[in-house]
Amino acid sequence: MTKIVFKNIDKPEQYKIENYIKNGGYQGLAKTLKEYKPADIIEMVKKSGLRGRGGAGFPTGLKWGFIPKDSKKPKYLCVNADESEPGTFKDREIMEKDPHISIEGAIIASYAIGANVCFYYIRGEFVLCAQRIQKAIEEAYDKGYLGKNILGSGYNLDMYLYRGAGAYICGEETALLESLEGKRGLARVKPPFPAVEGLYKSPTVVNNVETLANVPDIVLKGADWFLSIGTAKSPGTKIFSLSGHINKPGNYELDMGTPLRHLIYDLGGGIKDNRKLKAIIPGGPSVPILTEEHLDVKLDFESLVQAGTMLGSGGVIVMDETTCMVKTALILMNFFKHESCGKCTPCREGTVWLYDILYRLEHGEGKKEDIDLLLKVCENIGGRTICALGDAAIVPVQSTIKYFREEYIAHVENRGCLTPFKFQLN
Amino acid sequence: MILSEKTQKKILAEKNKYPQPKTAILPALYAVYEEFGYLSNETMKETGELLNIPFLEIVEVASFYTMFPKKPTGKYFLQVCTNLSCALLGAEDLVKHLEEKLKVKTGQVTPDGVFSIGRVECLGSCGTAPMLQVNNLHFQEDLTKEKVDKLLEELKKS
Repeated sequence: MTKIVFKNIDKPEQYKIENYIKNGGYQGLAKTLKEYKPADIIEMVKKSGLRGRGGAGFPTGLKWGFIPKDSKKPKYLCVNADESEPGTFKDREIMEKDPHISIEGAIIASYAIGANVCFYYIRGEFVLCAQRIQKAIEEAYDKGYLGKNILGSGYNLDMYLYRGAGAYICGEETALLESLEGKRGLARVKPPFPAVEGLYKSPTVVNNVETLANVPDIVLKGADWFLSIGTAKSPGTKIFSLSGHINKPGNYELDMGTPLRHLIYDLGGGIKDNRKLKAIIPGGPSVPILTEEHLDVKLDFESLVQAGTMLGSGGVIVMDETTCMVKTALILMNFFKHESCGKCTPCREGTVWLYDILYRLEHGEGKKEDIDLLLKVCENIGGRTICALGDAAIVPVQSTIKYFREEYIAHVENRGCLTPFKFQLN
Repeated sequence: MILSEKTQKKILAEKNKYPQPKTAILPALYAVYEEFGYLSNETMKETGELLNIPFLEIVEVASFYTMFPKKPTGKYFLQVCTNLSCALLGAEDLVKHLEEKLKVKTGQVTPDGVFSIGRVECLGSCGTAPMLQVNNLHFQEDLTKEKVDKLLEELKKS
């Protein structure tokens, strides 16, 4: 397995700039400013095939290339550290243990798109992350990696830490921009896309923390090196956050294309208490679940789509045989209902409807027709909202019914749940 | 002003820091939250005056973000994550345990004003579930009943 983002993650006090530099840090930035024009960097990242690691998987170099070259407006880079997809905690570990790797990536990205201001937007609950990033930004200014005339190149960049305040939707890039503008985090209608009209109506790129953390090594070692890792269509590595009924939860950086079984059984140590596996969410609850029959699926963008799901954020939630799927869907619907920004009616109202129906099924008041009613409501949300939250919210319902319809029927026939979550607090 | 001089200074420091003035609203509200532990109409009104932004625009923003309580909480606001990864490992049991120990329900404050309990969505602590957060500040992870009891004792003393 190759380590790119996590190569120094466990070194002592890697979050301090002197250790980051000692372990090879800021050489990618130095090389960038010395040897490349902004357009060269965009070309290199395009060629590397790097795709966004936040959830949507959009090609990073292409995104940077959309920034208009002739615009007189200021350009902005926003680091999306609003990591809120349930089951995902990879960016948190990067920010806490190796903050400079993301900052170096952000400086290179800012240079590539011609931005002189960068916002590092962290979800409000990540207090230690905010402290580490704030300190890291100050250290970078002191060493001349931020501020005026960076490393004597003539390039200027200011970086601001900005804290969100508890809103999942602000991980959606246009909602993040609204939030940065001091507004409610409501998703914007696209187009115009942020590359044309983003922050303060200026050309803007929003990139995830893990995505940016890949950039320094791509510059140092080249696009061909990056292409040699992972699969042909999904080059590089991906960090998977493993949680739920698993013996060794945690973050694992894997080459793209690694089989799911290897993650769950070899690295994760298998299912807690030797129980049987029932279901796996492979990339946060916004992507469809998988079951035991999918254990040999490879973890990369294309293979997961082929298996009927998506790579998503890399948040892998493992559920054993005792887990009730209706309750699972109910918990996740409670989340989506709570986090819907309220702008689009299908999502705002539909998530409440879905929650109510799931609630009555779980609590013994469901009717047989409710299962089809759930699917009908899903149909009326999917594809009918501005952002992807509506599409994501229906996923837990649709995919648990797809694989476990008999369990929904049993809830009607038994007038409630026969397998409430068994795990108790020790 | 109800806002302390220190908080006023913090808010004014944010005022001209960003390319556009409204960007200062969230950082300013953080300063208010840090002083009072919640946002009231009075403190939001003063925030607006300091930033030269209408009160209604401040309220509009503040009401969207869940990290700013709009009424007083306990001195220690214990928010339990009950999203899936934590629920799989006993989060409901954790809420029940806290409710029994503190003799209040979720959403209520103990009569002495020391504790209140809330539920919160995923805090990115899934590999160390179950967990709770104290006052938007400290994560308490890998919780057991014993650890929770110890935490409550420590907080009571402090």
